[in-house]
Amino acid sequence: MNRQDEKTSNTPHIIVSDLTMAYGDFVIQRDLNFTINRNDVFIVMGGSGCGKTTLLRHLIGLKRPVKGKVFYEDISFWEVDSGERSRIMRKSGILYQGGALWSSMTLAENVALPLDEYTDLSRGDIKEIVSLKLAMVGLAGYEEFYPAELSGGMQKRAGLARAMALDPEILFFDEPSAGLDPISAKRLDDLILELRDSLGTTVVVVTHELPSIFAIGNNSIFLDTETRTIIGQGEPHMLLAQTDALRVKEFLTRGETASAGSRAG
Amino acid sequence: MQAQSKIDFSHFSADTLQVVISGTWKIGGKLPAPGEVFRRLTSDPRIKNIIINGSGLQGWDTTFLTFISTINKECQSRNIGLEMRELPRGVERLLHLASAASEQTEARQQRVRKPFLYMVGDSAVHFGTSTVEMLSFIGGVALTFLKFLQGKASFRRIDLLLLIEECGAQSLPIITLISVLVGLILAFVGAVQLKLFGAQIYVANLVAIAMAREMGALMTGIIMAGRTGAAFAAQLGTMQVNEEIDALTTLGISPMEFLVLPRLLALVLMVPLLCLYADFLGILGGAIVGVGMLDITLVQYLAQTQESLDLTNISLGIFKGTIFAIIVAMSGCMRGLQSGRSASAVGEAATSAVVTAIVGIIVTDGIVAVLCDVLQI
Repeated sequence: MNRQDEKTSNTPHIIVSDLTMAYGDFVIQRDLNFTINRNDVFIVMGGSGCGKTTLLRHLIGLKRPVKGKVFYEDISFWEVDSGERSRIMRKSGILYQGGALWSSMTLAENVALPLDEYTDLSRGDIKEIVSLKLAMVGLAGYEEFYPAELSGGMQKRAGLARAMALDPEILFFDEPSAGLDPISAKRLDDLILELRDSLGTTVVVVTHELPSIFAIGNNSIFLDTETRTIIGQGEPHMLLAQTDALRVKEFLTRGETASAGSRAG
Repeated sequence: MQAQSKIDFSHFSADTLQVVISGTWKIGGKLPAPGEVFRRLTSDPRIKNIIINGSGLQGWDTTFLTFISTINKECQSRNIGLEMRELPRGVERLLHLASAASEQTEARQQRVRKPFLYMVGDSAVHFGTSTVEMLSFIGGVALTFLKFLQGKASFRRIDLLLLIEECGAQSLPIITLISVLVGLILAFVGAVQLKLFGAQIYVANLVAIAMAREMGALMTGIIMAGRTGAAFAAQLGTMQVNEEIDALTTLGISPMEFLVLPRLLALVLMVPLLCLYADFLGILGGAIVGVGMLDITLVQYLAQTQESLDLTNISLGIFKGTIFAIIVAMSGCMRGLQSGRSASAVGEAATSAVVTAIVGIIVTDGIVAVLCDVLQI
């Protein structure tokens, strides 16, 4: 479990260069350049419809970029064959917006499927791991429930347990706190930090929840809807203090631009 | 009793019209139309200013706002000044709010009607891409099946068993009903004609051969298309909406192996059996007519059936049933996986799955009939 020691932070984990995303002729974002370091909690933020989730889909192999490259360490993700891509993805876990649990399977089966598929663990061991992961997200005892029998927040937490099943090196979160009450959202934030610290996981979070952005992010990019590219990047507090871009400032202060400078410290 | 809403006009000065509004303006009430104001404007071109005076207003809701904003728009287009006096503060604030965000002109322009030739070309291109999609799906399924034969495909055995139950045992009631009725109908149609020659006994031949060769497989195929094909499309479509398929893909599990293969296997295993069952019940239906109405004894009828049927006819029916099963499973799964991410898209996927499957079944049946004629089977 000592990944942290082997590969220290500040080594690049994912590098995105000149990425342009489009649906048909409609360009969503162009010329994106950024680096996600190991152990980062990297925030992708921006207004609704700016292409945050689409960017995530490019990073996890669901949508091919129109132009540009995505590197995982030194492998160009979209230039290797699909087998290699799925080997890379096996080292990452994804929490989808709605949880995306497989509705025909119980929570235990959901969490167990990646383990069944990619490890040689015995049935008993898998069961132990599944219970542990569910307990970590606060769902101990819910093994035999079907996703439809749970509330939205619980589905999301179960989705996280599934994403963590294979102890991934990278965790992707798509709007983790959307639809959660403030306390659950806070708990999820704490869990994200805990995972990063204890397992050395790199975390990529797509969100527009300000409290989360400031609480957990140590690097970020801001996708702008109007210019269709990144107009601000850096640690969120620093970004707010230093940025000249009006729209980044507005976003990070909920539109109260006037007092932005004094609050940043 | 609510006060009647009304407008009174008075001339403030030569070029200024004062509109005094009074009463209760709420949905459901009988309200004056903004047209009254416009008529005044048209009849008197000297008017350059309007003052709306809301001092007599006793109650209002959105209908009042739309009234004001209609007048506002009209005034702007006629270059007439508009002034509002003594309107409730809420009205002014809401009007300000509605005019604050400028209209997204981009959003509107997409609804432009396209020219006819454009649409023809568009659907031709669409037909091309969808054919390619269909072929690549068929290829994908073939590769997956090969992988299954080599024992390398990964899917949950329990899923396969559940699907077998769903499309096998649970289809029995509807198959029973339809097959018996089809047998009955065939026997009736045949009986009327054959009675003319006194050859009622041949009703047994007619029913047996028609059921075994054609109707058993065809009816089973069509029932499965409506029952199971649509269900497959809806299941996979909903999984698409919930990002469940994305979750499989990013985990490196192929939806082809995990979702399509068990569905295909379940249907291919069950439909031939259902086909045989349908044949049997169709013959039973024919026997009801034969024994009940044509004075043939049951033993006679069954003996005649036995004589007329051979293995070729029965196996031809089962062979066709197997092909229909593949068609139903593939069109259901394909439409489901192609489904968009909304509730109506899932509905369309289900409809489209049934249409694709039924067209596929009938066309295939036609081709097989011609082939049989050429090969003299």
